[in-house]
Amino acid sequence: MNEAAVSFAPRVPAAPRLRPVLMEIGYEFIRLARTRAYSFSVIGFPLMFYLLFGASQRHGPIAQYLIASYSCLALGSACLFGIGLGICLERAQGWLELKWASPMPRLAYLLAKTVSSAAFALIVMVALIWLGIIVGGVTVSPGQAARLALIMLLGSIPFTALGLLIGLLMPPSAGPALINLIYLPVSFASGFFMPLRMLPHWVRVIAPFLPTYHLAQLALAVFGFAPRSGALTHWLVLGGCSVLMFGAAWITFARRETRMP
Amino acid sequence: MSVTPPVDVRAAAHGPLATLNDVSKRFGKRTALERFSLQLRGGEVTALLGPNGAGKTTAVRLLLGLIAPDGGCVQVLGRDPRSSSARTAIGAMLQVARAPDLLTVREHIELFRSYYPRPLETAEILRRTGLLSIEHQRFGTLSGGQKQRLLFALAICGDPQLVCLDEPTVGLDIQARRQVWEHIRALAASGKAVLLTTHYLEEADALAERIALIEHGRLTRLGTPAEIKRSVGARRIRCRTRLPDEVLRGLPSVTSLERHGENAVIFAHDPQAVLRQLLALDATLSDLEVGAASLEDAFLTLIHAA
Repeated sequence: MNEAAVSFAPRVPAAPRLRPVLMEIGYEFIRLARTRAYSFSVIGFPLMFYLLFGASQRHGPIAQYLIASYSCLALGSACLFGIGLGICLERAQGWLELKWASPMPRLAYLLAKTVSSAAFALIVMVALIWLGIIVGGVTVSPGQAARLALIMLLGSIPFTALGLLIGLLMPPSAGPALINLIYLPVSFASGFFMPLRMLPHWVRVIAPFLPTYHLAQLALAVFGFAPRSGALTHWLVLGGCSVLMFGAAWITFARRETRMP
Repeated sequence: MSVTPPVDVRAAAHGPLATLNDVSKRFGKRTALERFSLQLRGGEVTALLGPNGAGKTTAVRLLLGLIAPDGGCVQVLGRDPRSSSARTAIGAMLQVARAPDLLTVREHIELFRSYYPRPLETAEILRRTGLLSIEHQRFGTLSGGQKQRLLFALAICGDPQLVCLDEPTVGLDIQARRQVWEHIRALAASGKAVLLTTHYLEEADALAERIALIEHGRLTRLGTPAEIKRSVGARRIRCRTRLPDEVLRGLPSVTSLERHGENAVIFAHDPQAVLRQLLALDATLSDLEVGAASLEDAFLTLIHAA
């Protein structure tokens, strides 16, 4: 801003843009944490599964494998339920419209949903690593933990886009059931629950078409369960998915404006 | 580099704060608004009345910058309401089925305050809307009236110049409704422009300086409540009569007539003249009653006439 603008503008100061973004993120996290159905399923399921299947394989490769794959499971469900279902309900209840009519920075809304979903995934990841060390008897180096965390953070972008698209398209009554119906088989087919080589051949054929598969491959490579050489392809696919789904969400959103509420 | 002039709040106090100028809006083949114009001034409550689907909500959504007009122009403080600088001057209370249940009253208010450059103090908002004693309660545990008061608090928390209230008292009991009325009066008294849409005509009559009647997307009447009532006849005469419609309509100063069998409701400016002739023409006339026309009478008559 130049000097002239500064001297003209004292009566209406620019809204402090960072504060609403931080507030939005903070309250979104609080809201999700208080939503028991959400925090129980996003945090509870992967940890429970780990205690059931990871702990029985003490010191084995599976105990390490599941740390990576269940972290991906948590990220996916955090985004689909937190963002997808969250937007879907807020849209149906008229709350989204009230937020949209307010001067809330547009990006703050999306950022709040993304950051809090990623935060939940990170909480689960840390808890899984801790369980892995204590109960699973595996070793996780600080470098491995950091790489897995980075994959979770970057991986939250395509799944935010997917959540956004679902939130705008899904009828609210279908809600959680529809997400589960799609997400559970997709999780299996992406190798979240067991290595792909243990699954039927046709599952291995369709897996590369699922963004969750590429996320899982990146996470598994941290512990050497997937070749590191494929990383670039996986990132490119996830990047492409993000662009495609953000684009589709944008078109859906813009179209809705020209129709009756 | 171009310099955008800041929103001048003082200048707006003289001219209209917000305008819808010759605005048209279509949704597919349906026309929601057709060459609709309305000005909102500071210190004034304007009520937007009309049957369901007449275009009230569309007008509100245009002012809030939620949708763009197909033709004409919408301005708030001289700005496009979709710009963020104009939005900070607008507060809205929309019909919200539910707000996030698990945040408390205070948290909701703090969050909305953060969107505005110069919000009211939280304590002041809580006090003004009577939410002080329940500030730590979660939204989901509030009664219907308390929820409406919180939504009202969110509309005013940024100290906006224009406040749009869409059905602010729907579902409230009489006492809670009167409280909201007091808040709305106080808003106008402090120089804000208030746009009110309501189904309760009594509410528009009690609060609004001006009433805009909207039908099929067009502005059909604009005036004070008294002017609107006068335009259909200031007095309402009810009776049972066998006289045909043509005769009743032909009586002096009659502006409109509602008829259900023998029951007739006649609106007229000069009730004495009507009564003299009515009694002379129909010896069997019964159940006679004369009263002031209410805004509801005016509304129904004007809507039916259209």
